[in-house]
Amino acid sequence: MTAMLEMRNVSKSFAGVQALRDVNFSVHAGQIHALVGENGAGKSTLMKVLSGVYPAGSYEGTIVFEGEERRFRDINDSEALGIIIIHQELALIPLMSIAENIFLSHPPSKFGVIDRDEVYRRTRELLAQVGLKESPDTLITDLGVGKQQLVEIAKALSKRVRMLILDEPTASLNEADSAALLERLMAFREQGIGSILISHKLNEVAKVADHITVLRDGRTVDSIDCHAEPIQEDRIIRSMVNRDMAHRFPERSAKIGEPVMTVENWSVYHPIHPERQVIKNVNFGVKRGEVVGIAGLMGAGRTEFAMSLFGRSWGTNISGHLRLEGREIALPSVAAAIDAGLAYVTEDRKQLGLILADDVRKNITLASLDQVAPGKVIDDIAELKIASDYRNRMRIRCSDVYQETGQLSGGNQQKVVLSKWLMTDPKVLILDEPTRGIDVGAKYEIYCIINELAEAGRGVVVISSEMPELLGICDRICVMNDGAFVGEFNGADATQEKIMRAIMRNERSNSVPEAAEMGGSQP
Amino acid sequence: MTDKTVSLPEEGRHGGFIKNNLRNYGMLMSLIAIMLFFQVMTGGTLLQPLNLTNLVLQNSYIVIMALGMLLVIVTGHIDLSVGSVAGFIGAVAALLMVTYKVDYTLAFIACLALGAAIGAAQGYWVAYFKIPSFIVTLAGMLVFKGLALAVLQGQSLGPFPATFQKLSSGFIPEMLPEAGTLHPTSMLIGAVLALGLVYASAKGRSREQSHGIEVEPYAFFLGKSILLACAVLYFTYLIASHRGLPNVLVIMTALIALYGFVTRRTVIGRQIYAVGGNAKAASLSGIKTEWLTFLTFVNMGVLAALAGLVFAARLNTATPKAGLGFELDVIAACFIGGASAYGGVGRVGGAVVGAMIMGVMNNGMSILGIGIDYQQVIKGLVLLGAVCIDVYNQRR
Repeated sequence: MTAMLEMRNVSKSFAGVQALRDVNFSVHAGQIHALVGENGAGKSTLMKVLSGVYPAGSYEGTIVFEGEERRFRDINDSEALGIIIIHQELALIPLMSIAENIFLSHPPSKFGVIDRDEVYRRTRELLAQVGLKESPDTLITDLGVGKQQLVEIAKALSKRVRMLILDEPTASLNEADSAALLERLMAFREQGIGSILISHKLNEVAKVADHITVLRDGRTVDSIDCHAEPIQEDRIIRSMVNRDMAHRFPERSAKIGEPVMTVENWSVYHPIHPERQVIKNVNFGVKRGEVVGIAGLMGAGRTEFAMSLFGRSWGTNISGHLRLEGREIALPSVAAAIDAGLAYVTEDRKQLGLILADDVRKNITLASLDQVAPGKVIDDIAELKIASDYRNRMRIRCSDVYQETGQLSGGNQQKVVLSKWLMTDPKVLILDEPTRGIDVGAKYEIYCIINELAEAGRGVVVISSEMPELLGICDRICVMNDGAFVGEFNGADATQEKIMRAIMRNERSNSVPEAAEMGGSQP
Repeated sequence: MTDKTVSLPEEGRHGGFIKNNLRNYGMLMSLIAIMLFFQVMTGGTLLQPLNLTNLVLQNSYIVIMALGMLLVIVTGHIDLSVGSVAGFIGAVAALLMVTYKVDYTLAFIACLALGAAIGAAQGYWVAYFKIPSFIVTLAGMLVFKGLALAVLQGQSLGPFPATFQKLSSGFIPEMLPEAGTLHPTSMLIGAVLALGLVYASAKGRSREQSHGIEVEPYAFFLGKSILLACAVLYFTYLIASHRGLPNVLVIMTALIALYGFVTRRTVIGRQIYAVGGNAKAASLSGIKTEWLTFLTFVNMGVLAALAGLVFAARLNTATPKAGLGFELDVIAACFIGGASAYGGVGRVGGAVVGAMIMGVMNNGMSILGIGIDYQQVIKGLVLLGAVCIDVYNQRR
């Protein structure tokens, strides 16, 4: 079988920095080829070379697609041949419908007038093909991220697609949506479409990939034929980071003390639909030195719960009791929450965590400016020293603290956000998806930081959709579903199955509320 | 995943400094180039003491409003009503001082308070009701233009008390014996200012150095300081050889220094930039984003009122047409000075230089006898060009 795509000896450098060195990469028709590597390993650069974002001539090496050497001048050239790239950041227009988005660039038309019947007919076909049960009229903004991802794929399929490139398609999807997406990918394999899957989630890669290529520092360091040999995650990780990651999670010995934060009968309503109760009278607690995980599916209410605690930054009609170190307190604002010793590290660091246009220094001191500003006037030298100090302690890789945070990699951005919250010296930190979109090496560093925080006697709450992560770092795991806690496990006893079972049991009982009530009334 | 993480190649230290500073001082160089151009084209009229004094007086109210507008733009908003508000306040001032014979100090304070109230009223809708500032202040523009007409009943009202006129047409009193045409007090103040500036920056530099912070190369620093001192001295010399420092220039300089300090060095300044950079992230960092947005509009109202008073005092009469179109010059000054329309970026120095570029062009073209028609065309193109250069620089 000859390869559908062959990239030979591709090299590319930016202003003296070699991003790719002699990379060889080939994909067969009907093959899912996974491309893995740490952030900055060159995966995106390679895909940009392939799709023509970096035009022919700006790199060395050759691209052969369907038997001919190709020199793409821009992304239109590669799209014309059916090479479609779906980016990590979705490029859909939120206030347009599914149908309008799918046929944005080339709507079927007669004499320049859009043929609506045809648009709808074809949209329905495409949605059926990707397994999305939504009306073509639905606005993108009303869809979850998982469904939006499927719309992107439907959009790709509306063009003549020969090769699909997915850049971390499941980064922000929950387990169920990810599984559905990967199933689609396997269906495309049957249709002879070649796929390139860039992903940090090795279990997914292991599930669907026919071939795995590992990039490190712009070179191909490993190439695994998944049908010829068994997939060993450890081997992949070793190749990716060039160090033995037998322990993907740092060791820790927990020294758990008094309760530092307790929440009783907490209830929160939706800010736009005030009749909807999102958090249903829950109880929750974290002790000094303890790492508590909150597991759950996307939409379970975990982020909403955390943000409602953090100075009522989400929801309306919030009621319940919140105690910090035994004292009941009301936190009417974020400023009050910070003063009381609460910190919330957002799941969406680009939109909610950082000021991307500002430098590392300004971002770190933002939540605790008073510490460097006696009399409300900023002492710039004190500020610089503190920021540099955090840069060293957290090992933030940046040219200096005056570098814009927008230029940093995901892992380093996350460390800046963590530094900002550490500087407020919190008693309790709530970390919402702290390792989303971060490579394996940086993840390990974040886990170490979490451990250090707990060891320093702080209470740490970790919200995560990656169950292995919760299992690896938490002393206790609470499972949330539909705005209530439906299970709690000791870190040592918990397994993925148990957590999933707790969620699923609750899902089922929710769908037949009468039955649940009957069950509850029996002795 | 981003590829931007790759470390940039080490640049020669001096090269790096010059490049960075070119971007910072780009607009200042444009101003100097434009001044030189008109100086040559007008055969030296531009920098004659009389003309320079007039230039300052003519543009003082634009500069004053640009300081407030910069903050509004930095928070990601815009204020289209400033011209109308300035006109309205001028009308109210005339009503108070001319018709009702209210004491000028009291009237002055009342007018500033009224400006604050107007800013608060508009800021409330923008900050707490989340109505786009474009719409709120467009409404304000119509309302206050109308109110100015109503207050004046379509007529001009004047003249103002002589002391009030001094706000715009007065010069600082001469304390020292006159030396020919030169006003020694003004010259002295200029010299002290120049020395003070150089001293402050030298002190800042040595303080940074003592903490082991990388500073600009000494030669560069020295050159910059000498240039700065010379520019201040030359400027004061020119001004002092006409009638001395105008009162309004003193007010303006104090305000520029104050706003420069607030934006660069204070907590509230930093927080205002954070609101414009990413309001959601700022709010989740405990910053009261709505309150700060509200405050920037209150501040804008006060400065618009001050500008209105300065303008009324200069004309010595309040007219229904006062303030017409000021907002355009003020907004243009901020954008020419490098403020970003998306918020979060902009410098006080930039806005001031932007205002001066507009002022010098107005003045220079008038001297050259270019009609008001083509003046507008040229100013429009300069605005577009300046912003294009800025966007291009940021993309690189």
